[in-house]
Amino acid sequence: MIPKSIGASSSESGVAEMRRLIARHKTWDWLFGLLGTLALLFATLVFAALFGQMLINGTPQLSWEFFTSFPSRRAASAGILSAWVGTILVMLVTAVVAVPLGIGAGIYLEEYARKNLLTDIIEINVTNLAGVPSIIYGLLALGLFVYQFGLGQSIAAAGLTLALLILPVVIVATREAIRTIPQNIREGAYACGSSKWQVVSHHIIPYSLPGIMTGVIIGLARAIGETAPIITIGALTFIAFLPPSPFSNPEQLISFEWLLAPFTVMPIQMFNWISRPEEAFQANAAAAGLVLLLMTLSMNALAIWIRYHFRKKIKW
Amino acid sequence: MMSSILPLKHPPGTLAETPGALPQGWSAARLRRRLAERAIETLLMLAALVSVFTTAAIVAILVWESVVFFRTVPLLDFLTDTQWTPLFDDAHFGIIALLSGTLTTTIVALLVAVPLGTILAIYLSEFAPFRVREVAKPFLELLGGIPTIVYGYFALLFVTPVLQKIYPELPGFNMLSAGLVMGIMIIPYVSSLSEDAMRAVPMHMREASYAMGATRLQTAVFVVTPAALSGLASSYILGISRAVGETMVVAIAAGMQPNFSFNPTEPAATITAYIVQVALGDLPHGSIGYQTIFAAGLTLLLITLVFNILGHFLRKRFREAY
Repeated sequence: MIPKSIGASSSESGVAEMRRLIARHKTWDWLFGLLGTLALLFATLVFAALFGQMLINGTPQLSWEFFTSFPSRRAASAGILSAWVGTILVMLVTAVVAVPLGIGAGIYLEEYARKNLLTDIIEINVTNLAGVPSIIYGLLALGLFVYQFGLGQSIAAAGLTLALLILPVVIVATREAIRTIPQNIREGAYACGSSKWQVVSHHIIPYSLPGIMTGVIIGLARAIGETAPIITIGALTFIAFLPPSPFSNPEQLISFEWLLAPFTVMPIQMFNWISRPEEAFQANAAAAGLVLLLMTLSMNALAIWIRYHFRKKIKW
Repeated sequence: MMSSILPLKHPPGTLAETPGALPQGWSAARLRRRLAERAIETLLMLAALVSVFTTAAIVAILVWESVVFFRTVPLLDFLTDTQWTPLFDDAHFGIIALLSGTLTTTIVALLVAVPLGTILAIYLSEFAPFRVREVAKPFLELLGGIPTIVYGYFALLFVTPVLQKIYPELPGFNMLSAGLVMGIMIIPYVSSLSEDAMRAVPMHMREASYAMGATRLQTAVFVVTPAALSGLASSYILGISRAVGETMVVAIAAGMQPNFSFNPTEPAATITAYIVQVALGDLPHGSIGYQTIFAAGLTLLLITLVFNILGHFLRKRFREAY
């Protein structure tokens, strides 16, 4: 890096050489800046190609009928009614299970857990679970929920599987959100005579809510797009009906029959259409992919927005 | 964990335990609240323990079904046979035929994700103006949020046709296109972890380097990168773990035929693709075909576990360095 002639820098040629060296290194700097920009540009182009290709192939299929029709043997009249209804119901189960469990676990680890072996085991577990491939959760669900618990290929089995899958995401987000709350908030509340749960429920949970919400939304956005675990529980079937409505039984206010109903979800429907050899179905796949992409991207964008918005607002 | 500094509990023998010293009714209310507090803590602990139960259940199910499988198929055959044809009459159970597919797609993915991810990380952490970073980071995050099935569709119906224009003999299903797309998919993952590692390098090291007359690139390459090396390595390793466990892209774009080959232009099945293929069929519960997916799953879990532990260890090291 250092020019050999630095000792002779008093001479004119030494200064000139130094200038050349600086200029050369500045050029390298500039070239790397260009490389970085090109890499970003590449990522943008890939996204544009991905989105554009789906848009071109899928838009002709996107119509009101596409959302209100069942899948069909004829590509032109096939729709995603059972898929989007299934996705919403599965997500409902996932959220109902994963949100309280994840937030509870996060609060426990940050506020309650003592530094002992059990806590260490739980922490290592959460880290490890976050790295387990999603298809392994599918195998767990196949062995446990489908056969041991006898839930079959139902909405409940799929919802539980995805809940376990996103649990680490919710736990980690909860913990990170709680960690940003300064200690003096807790001390102030304790000084006023609060019990631990009062501190947690009146202060910790409300203040960490934006962070928790971000994690929950990102987790659910991931769950919406997950295909492998649901295929693994054997749910790739032709579903041309809706699960029973929760209000169908006049004797009960809300019936939970739909939990055990067979179902399909958006990514499964898309996979089904991709794997058909006929080209017409690929247009359906593109349209379904477009809807799925918009669902996950808008959820992710919402999460990012919440994070940026509240980060600016909170000043401790 | 942090709150343990606070003197929450009264010393034993005070207040609640000595009701005589308190007004009437005081201690009952206090006792009730104590019990409620204890119940809440237990509930929260149970929520935290769900993750432990999940891990235990995963290991139990995979090991249980695999034990049955290995009673029929000797472990040695499983590890040395080069054919994987469990559903044929002439059944072979050589996991190597699936591992070769997993390895090849993973290497192709890494050839894309490591250079691009590293360049993006260095650029975003050391070079990019504030404005660019504020836009680029959420954008990369969005890319990471795209469902894998969409990437699978992209690989099969966009990347493969494009590659076929360059190289006409390329079959419709091939590991190259699956690997390339998988690499693109894990770029955001590698770049964000690498950038975190580079951001963790203290500012004074950069300032010292600039004070010596180094340029940005020299500082980035000779000061920041070595200091963040274990963090970078951990991001690559966690990227490998993602690529090994990735399912839909390879299942859609690389075909589902087990093929003992390291040639990326050939179709082949990975471990994950095989599990999908079996799940698509109608295998009866308890048959040997059904058990194979658990043996394959156990293999997959062990591989990702090794990488995850290694990555976790390296991450811890870079966190403790400063």
